[in-house]
Amino acid sequence: MVVTPQNPAELTAKDYASDQTVRWCPGCGDYSILAQMKKALASLQVEREKNVFISGIGCSSRFPYYTNTYGMHGIHGRACAIAGGLKMIRPDLTVWVITGDGDGLSIGGNHFIHTIRRNIDINIVLFNNRIYGLTKGQCSPTSEFGKKTKSTPLGSIDFPIHPCTAAIGAEAAFVARSIDVHVKHLAATLEAAARHKGTSFVEVYQNCNIFNDGAYLYATDRQQKFDNILELEHGKPLRFGKNGEKGIRLRGLDVEIVNVGDDGVSESELLVHDEKAATPTLAYLLSRMHYPKFPEPIGIFRSVESPTYDELIHDQIAKAAAAQKPDLDAFFHSGETWTVK
Amino acid sequence: MSTTEEGNQSERRIQEIDSATVRFAGDSGDGMQLVGGQFTTASVFSGNDISTLPDYPAEIRAPAGVLAGVSGFQINFSSHKIHTPGDVIDALFAMNPAALKVNLADLKRGGLLIVNSESFSQDDLEKADYSDNPLEDGSLEDYRIVSIPITSMNRGAVEGLGLDRKAADRCKNFFVLGLAYWIYNRPLDNTLAWIDRKFTKNPALRDANRRTLEAGFHFGETAELFDSSYQVRKAPIAPGTYAKITGNEAVVYGLLAASHLSNKPLFYGSYPITPASDILHQLAGLKQFGVVTFQAEDEIAAVCSAIGAAFGGSLAATGTSGPGVSLKSEAIGLAVMTELPLVIVNVQRGGPSTGLPTKTEQADLFQALFGRHGECPLPVLAASTPADCFTMTIEAARIAMEFMTPVILLTDGYIANGSEPWKIPDLNSLPKINVEYYVDIERFQPYARNERLSRPWAIPGTPDLMHRIGGLEKQHITGAVSYDGENHEYMVKLRQAKIDGVEEDIPNAEIFGDPSGKLLVLSWGGVYGAAQTAVEFVRESGKSVSSVHLKYLNPFPKNLKKILPNFKKILIPELNLGQLRYIIRAHFLIDAIGLNKTQGKPFRVDEIVEAIDRALEAE
Ligand SMILES: Cc1ncc(C[n+]2csc(CCOP(=O)(O)OP(=O)(O)O)c2C)c(N)n1
Ligand code: SF4
Repeated sequence: MVVTPQNPAELTAKDYASDQTVRWCPGCGDYSILAQMKKALASLQVEREKNVFISGIGCSSRFPYYTNTYGMHGIHGRACAIAGGLKMIRPDLTVWVITGDGDGLSIGGNHFIHTIRRNIDINIVLFNNRIYGLTKGQCSPTSEFGKKTKSTPLGSIDFPIHPCTAAIGAEAAFVARSIDVHVKHLAATLEAAARHKGTSFVEVYQNCNIFNDGAYLYATDRQQKFDNILELEHGKPLRFGKNGEKGIRLRGLDVEIVNVGDDGVSESELLVHDEKAATPTLAYLLSRMHYPKFPEPIGIFRSVESPTYDELIHDQIAKAAAAQKPDLDAFFHSGETWTVK
Repeated sequence: MSTTEEGNQSERRIQEIDSATVRFAGDSGDGMQLVGGQFTTASVFSGNDISTLPDYPAEIRAPAGVLAGVSGFQINFSSHKIHTPGDVIDALFAMNPAALKVNLADLKRGGLLIVNSESFSQDDLEKADYSDNPLEDGSLEDYRIVSIPITSMNRGAVEGLGLDRKAADRCKNFFVLGLAYWIYNRPLDNTLAWIDRKFTKNPALRDANRRTLEAGFHFGETAELFDSSYQVRKAPIAPGTYAKITGNEAVVYGLLAASHLSNKPLFYGSYPITPASDILHQLAGLKQFGVVTFQAEDEIAAVCSAIGAAFGGSLAATGTSGPGVSLKSEAIGLAVMTELPLVIVNVQRGGPSTGLPTKTEQADLFQALFGRHGECPLPVLAASTPADCFTMTIEAARIAMEFMTPVILLTDGYIANGSEPWKIPDLNSLPKINVEYYVDIERFQPYARNERLSRPWAIPGTPDLMHRIGGLEKQHITGAVSYDGENHEYMVKLRQAKIDGVEEDIPNAEIFGDPSGKLLVLSWGGVYGAAQTAVEFVRESGKSVSSVHLKYLNPFPKNLKKILPNFKKILIPELNLGQLRYIIRAHFLIDAIGLNKTQGKPFRVDEIVEAIDRALEAE
């Protein structure tokens, strides 16, 4: 098999399709995410071989097999750790982590937090279907309180973890959310995540039509979605509704929904989104807006610059090498030695 | 054991002896490890062969003066080649009653016992659970007691330097060291130079330590408490330049050397755990060699980061102790399935669970061989001495990269913390590790194999070799995911065959002694020193005993199956309940006698000698 190198500028989504048959259930939201990822990769215009997908275990974690790049399907919950090691040794690569809500937040919760707080330059994409798909329908850490599943026949008594809130809590410098069927938005969000230097975290609402069908109907259904999601745009006031007739205003330390326009408040009273805000307070506040009480924000919550772990390591290495010649032989002799004749 | 020479200008008598074993013992805050380290350096500079055994308490900060807080440092120095830090001690320096109580049993009858008389107050005695003062009740009459008011002698020595009481008292370990230098006829200059370097910023402490060191030395000379001092001649040591090295240091040096010899960057991912942490500490300070060290959030992240780094093309290693290996085992399975090179160092300690965290044991052999799910074979190596950790770490890295497999290297707390002279190798004389990243586009198949059954190491970023690996079963050659039962069975056997084939690439086992006879002592890991010394000893009396020390435990050296049947009996001493013995039985259908110990301590030579004698008698 001889493949001629391709100019990254000429790559299309098709070039990223692998020769493996994709095996998700027909109708699964994962298909759409895969399609948008391929588009995002093409628009990034980096060499195909510079992309690496690392995943854990779960339906979503089969993803690396389906992209024609480098990839590793790891073990349950550990994708962030594998990806971190790879990136530390190979800062030249674009490293992606594909994970699920169970994989990333339950078994992998520890690595999720620590990868983010270190700000290793990788892109974590968490497919949130609020259920365990691969193991056939147990509740996940993002399942709603009271959710009846195979493992919680009387209703879940765990309070859910909110992925974006958790990421912001771990001081994530880039946090975004999108939805599987919101295709343009999704592709753009993935692209923005990849362009961000440092750990970027993207939560994608994903429909598991077998075990948790319609979990996000409120956000995808034509009739309801305008009232239930709010598209974040940097520098723009927070408005939603079919014609932007509603908005979000700050009240004390919380937010409230207000009507905007003639029978409501003026736009100037609304909260203005600032993804570059130095403190994560606004991002945190927004991440706490949940259906049905509030519209759920999609888009970029936070995108700020901060030094990356991989950069810092290699800085230290460069400085150490400049200060001390890396001479192994000399090092072996550097302590107290004695010579026997 | 000795000849007597009449003394030098100061009229002191110097007795020549072959070797001596000395132990410094005191409270954890007394600086015994430091004193031991300096004494060791002075001994190697005097040309002796040495072996050391530091022993520190498990308690983080036990109250001062109690039995749980006793810290010890033992050194055996000799005019001939030695393999162990010594069984019984010739001289014990005990800083307080607790140190005396904990260590007295190891002091030989008639041995020299030096104590700080001022630390035997009622209060100190109570803390050490003594009902009577052993200095007064006659219980020590079998020993040559030298009772010295060390505290006040030290205070006197440092007087006038403006140190407060506490700081002054902290110097008393150097008084003891000075005395030890006199007793064993060692020059002070190295330690004086060390003090000057260490305390450049604090002249008062520098002067205090210098003065008390010299005071200790002169006290030995003038006090006439000792009939003589001792001199251990230079050992016949192979020419070369030497450094004193601990096992953990040797692992660090070995990793750096392997990185150099393979021309692959080094990645070390780890999570702190005793007794392995020093590997991380040291490597973290060696960034000039391009090493990436990563203190992960746990052992799982540590090994996974190393797997990611191996995928990225580095010489990847992770180090830990038994509990950490337990956490890593699922990921090690991933490395077996993805066939990526990875070095896993297990510095064994007493288990199970948290067990005896600061004490040594060799009970993770089963874990190394079998502690994973599925058919999950990998090479297992074990270092035999502190310096051997260097060689075996390079071996582990070589096998990992040449065979594309994780390799477990077993060391243990005893050899990790113990030290011995290490002949600094000429880097250019060490064989290169020939591994290259794969770049041949024409023939690339991720799971195609070479003559070693090893698959290609094609690293991300290489154009046209894009492929996906992972934990799901791989189709032979293409590496595509495969659920085919026939293929799985084939792959299970193939992975086994690859590891079995490592035997072609490792040295044969060497027999010490005759190639056949009545008894073979078969040992592995840190038991080497005691077993070797014991066998040397019994052979001197003409007994038909030989020994083989195993450094490769999976696969075994090829010639082992030929060696074993040549002996009537096989004795396997190990610091566990018989793990190697079990494996030998299973592999070769050969019964063996076990000598087993799980007291958190290495074997004493006499224990092995006795077991040899018992085995020979039982004929
Ligand atoms: C160590 C380990 N524990 C449990 C499992 C079983 N397991 C596989 S995937 C999974 C949960 C997957 O859920 P999620 O991450 O939400 O992914 P989805 O399948 O929904 O995409 C579990 C429990 C495993 N493979 N490994
Ligand atoms: S089980 Fe659910 S998440 Fe998994 S493939 Fe099917 S639809 Fe998708």
